[in-house]
Amino acid sequence: MARAVVTLPAQAKRGEIIEIKTLAQHAMETGFRRTQLGELIPRDIIRRFTCTYNGTEVYRVDLHPAMSANPLIAFTTVATESGALSFQWVGDNGYTVTEIASIRVE
Amino acid sequence: MSLRTGVRSLAWVAACALLANAWAAEIPLGERRSGYDLMSRETRAMQDEDATNPGMLWVLDGEALWNRKAGAAERACADCHGDARASMKGVAASYPAFDSSRARPVSLEQRINLCRTGRQKAAPLAYESKELLALSAYVARQSRGLPISILIDARSKPFLEAGREAFHRRQGQLNLACAQCHDDNWGKRLAGSVIPQAHPTGYPLYRLEWQGLGSLQRRLRNCLTGIRAQVPDFGAAELVDLELFLMWRARGMKIETPAVRP
Repeated sequence: MARAVVTLPAQAKRGEIIEIKTLAQHAMETGFRRTQLGELIPRDIIRRFTCTYNGTEVYRVDLHPAMSANPLIAFTTVATESGALSFQWVGDNGYTVTEIASIRVE
Repeated sequence: MSLRTGVRSLAWVAACALLANAWAAEIPLGERRSGYDLMSRETRAMQDEDATNPGMLWVLDGEALWNRKAGAAERACADCHGDARASMKGVAASYPAFDSSRARPVSLEQRINLCRTGRQKAAPLAYESKELLALSAYVARQSRGLPISILIDARSKPFLEAGREAFHRRQGQLNLACAQCHDDNWGKRLAGSVIPQAHPTGYPLYRLEWQGLGSLQRRLRNCLTGIRAQVPDFGAAELVDLELFLMWRARGMKIETPAVRP
């Protein structure tokens, strides 16, 4: 179960700055830890998060080891037009989660 | 009254006072505070909003599990209990609760597993497994904001007393009782961390140190390891009794599940 939660206002005024909060379910295993038997636990992290607004990329993050598990990424963007925001998390071992949210701009 | 009986009754009163003194540090009802009040502003903000509370990820998983059919009976939790928002409201606030089939109090996790094995005819979920944490978080979420109300009657009283005794018993290589930190020295610091009063208001909760959700029993086992005591297995009677006492001790306080703690 790979889950992500996105929170943003359902509607906004044109030109308004809106805050978007995202929460992705992920262990973010650093790749530096070892088991009790001394074996290295392989790295398993989210590498990249992107947000596109009606097809235009408005926000991107590269993630590295030593980020917390279940990373919370909050950012702002300007509400320009009604449409869809697409959020994508891509990581090790084929991890991909996509969420889509819509916004109405008046 | 002769002088002799007078002296004896005085000694009795003194003995009672001494005995009362030994447990006098029990926190008065009005002075109880959730660990929430001792947290930083940032961590409190994280708990308060569903958008930032990582525990909500488990709650959402729990909601999915609630509606999924499981076991040989091909039945989902929802098939008997319906909408959890109505049927599970306030349930977690009254657990551990007495179970007559087991003739002892059972924790919420045990109750879920009793339903799984008894009604769904499915294998019990492992303690601290993602599924059991998700289901208990989802059930407990329905009690958020409701006061803890543990029913103590003649049947459950002995277990409450066993829990109380465990709370006040010195144990482990450090020879410490729970009460010495959580009744007598709460608010002070143990290394860098503030000692809370140990009210289990938000379990299962997201601990930043754990980087995940964990049950009350996981927390209890942590503490017992800390004082280098022998640690009972998950689901052990000692832990459920202690859980019962802690919930009774926090009676009236509001459920915060899923809480966030540092």
